[in-house]
Parts: sequence; C-alpha cells; structure tokens
Amino acid sequence: MIYEVFRQERKGQPFHHAGSLEATDQTFAEAYAKEFYGRRGESEALWVVPREAIIEVEDFADELNRNYHRVDGYSLREKLKEARERAGRALVARDR
Amino acid sequence: MNEQEFLQYVQSGGQVEVTNWMPDDYRAKLVKFIEMHGNSELMGVLPEREWILRAPTLQRKLALTAKVQDEVGHSQLIYRVVEDLGKPREQCLDDLISGKAKFHNVFHYPTKTWGDVGVIAWLVDAAAIISQKALLKCSYAPYARIMKKICWEESFHILHGRDVVLTLMNGTDEQRELVQEAVTRWWGPLMQFHGNPIPKEEDPMYVWRIKSQGNEEARQQFLDGYVPQIWELGLTVPDPKLRKSDDGVWEYSEPDWDELRSVVTGHGPRSQERLDLRRKAREHSAWVRQVLLAKAA
Repeated sequence: MIYEVFRQERKGQPFHHAGSLEATDQTFAEAYAKEFYGRRGESEALWVVPREAIIEVEDFADELNRNYHRVDGYSLREKLKEARERAGRALVARDR
Repeated sequence: MNEQEFLQYVQSGGQVEVTNWMPDDYRAKLVKFIEMHGNSELMGVLPEREWILRAPTLQRKLALTAKVQDEVGHSQLIYRVVEDLGKPREQCLDDLISGKAKFHNVFHYPTKTWGDVGVIAWLVDAAAIISQKALLKCSYAPYARIMKKICWEESFHILHGRDVVLTLMNGTDEQRELVQEAVTRWWGPLMQFHGNPIPKEEDPMYVWRIKSQGNEEARQQFLDGYVPQIWELGLTVPDPKLRKSDDGVWEYSEPDWDELRSVVTGHGPRSQERLDLRRKAREHSAWVRQVLLAKAA
C-alpha cells in the first residue's frame, strides 16, 4: 500500500507534503515515515495517510462568475485614481 | 493538453504531479534519469561501506555509518518516485544488477585510504549536491520535493567530509599526503562527473526541464566553489591547465570522456565487484521481502 507523508517542521506551522512510501501495513508505514522524515529531529510531527484516502479536487468551475469573492473581483486601482483626482480638484477649488 | 503545450508549460516553469497527464517521452526520460539517481545512491554507499570497519575512531565510524544509512534512505525515496511513474522497484534492481541500468561514474572506483573517504564525502558529495540543488526546480514536482530532504542531508555529508579532510591536514606529513593522493586520484572522475559539455538546449533532460542547468554550468559552479577551498589548504590539483580566466570562466584540460563512457557501462576498476556484492546482498535479503509480501497478501 502507498502512503503519502506530510511533515510539520515546527509547532504551529502547516504540514507540507514530503513524499510517499510503500508499506505492507500501518506499523511499517509509521516506522518508515519516522526513518525517512524524522530521524534527525527535522520534523515536529508527521501525517501518514493512505494515498487512496486522499480526495483530490482539481476542478474549480465558476459557472456563475462569482468574482465578488475573489481578489480579481475588486479592481481598486482605477477607482482609487479617480477618487484621488476628485479629492485633489476639490482641494484646489476650496483654496481658490 | 498536447505534447507541444506540455513542453511550453514545463519550459515556462510549470510543474507536474503524479496524477497529471504527461507525454510518454517525458515519462520515459524521467524514469531513466531518476532511476539512475536512485541506483547511484544505492551503489554510492559501497565505496564508503568498505571503511566502516576501518574508521580511525568510534565517532568517525558512527558518522560514516549514518552517512551510509542516509544514502540508502535516499535511494528508497527515489525508487518510490520511479515506481509512481510506472517502473517497479524490483525491476529497477534487476536492471541495476544485470548491468542494464547505469550509476554514476564516481562509484566505480576503489577507495585506497582513509583520505579517499574524506575526499569522497567532501568533493564527490559537493559535485553531487550541485546537480541535486538544480533538481529542486525539476518540472516533476514529487521528485523536486524529496530533493529538499536529500540536499539537506548531503550538505551534512560535506560537513563531515570537510571535517575528516581538515583533521588530516592538521595532522602529520603522512596524513597530509593521504589527502593529496586522494585528490589526485579523484580529480579525473570529478571532472567527468557532470558529463560532456553539450549545449543545454540539446540536452533532452534540460529541454523537458528535468534538469534546470547544463552540464558545463554545473562543472563551472563546482570549480568556482571548490578549487579555491582545495588550494587554500595547500593541496594541488593535478591539472597544469587549471586556471580561472579574466572573464571568470574556469579553464581546464579536457576530461577523459572515453574513460567516462567505459566506466559507466560497467568497465570501471570496481564495477563488477560492487555489482556482485549488490547481487549477493539481494539474494541474502530475499527472505525478508518474501515474509513482508506474504504478510501483505
């Protein structure tokens, strides 16, 4: 069975994918993972997960074009430029 | 995505995961390259293994044993990547033992003295880490990821090698002589290590962005980083033409490419002896695999 190993370098940090290993059962998977990714104290913790238990999601269709909850839904640059110009003009008009 | 689009994707820095589609040629090149790397890690421990029982102190013996364990661990990780690409580990080992698959030139040579152990861990590992650091950007992401761990451990080995060499250099004339003889012995193979200087655009491993640098680039980086370190210890490099030109490029005598070709095809001074040892080890450990596989079934 193939297991994927994720390792955490320091407490509080996210787990990153480290690599995979093949083991006949969980006990061996744990032992191999420790040998491969924790022997020199380089990991705080490991997640050892059977590859088949991982649900992979790669398709992020956005049929409704809901850009209001994405960064690219907000183009502040043009609006900010316009607002600054307006404020500048108002200042000049006031000082006159 | 077709082959052309895939090529553009990897050439613009794109990375590929195990579940992604890839052209057959790309997969074949990956297997060939990564398998040779795995073979080299596995065969690379044999020259050093010869010195575990002869290490001068207990500390050195433990350090060398740990290094050997690291390198075998690297081969485990690397064969796993090859397996995911479709070639089973057992088949990799069969091809290695039968002489069909290759391993790096530097692991076909004898180790004559403890000086060789220092020079291997220092300079051979230094040459290797230059190639391996360039693989951190490999277009095949699972390989690039395990390379992080491997590079980290290799830099450890260089430290160990430098410590062995510096200890000898601070010792007696006889000890200094051991280091000089080893540098002289290993210089030829080290200069051949990064391969012939074909332009990287013609190197299929670069075209697919499996490697991220050309052979000559790697060799120049090695010379630039390590020749000054060799010289500052009062050691001599056995190449009268070796010098850094005014434009910063290292000049050197043409490495012996015939020797490289002959050595990596199994005609090196220790090629067959080391393969024999690997063959015997595989036979002796067959029962372990059988027990584990029976347990799994």
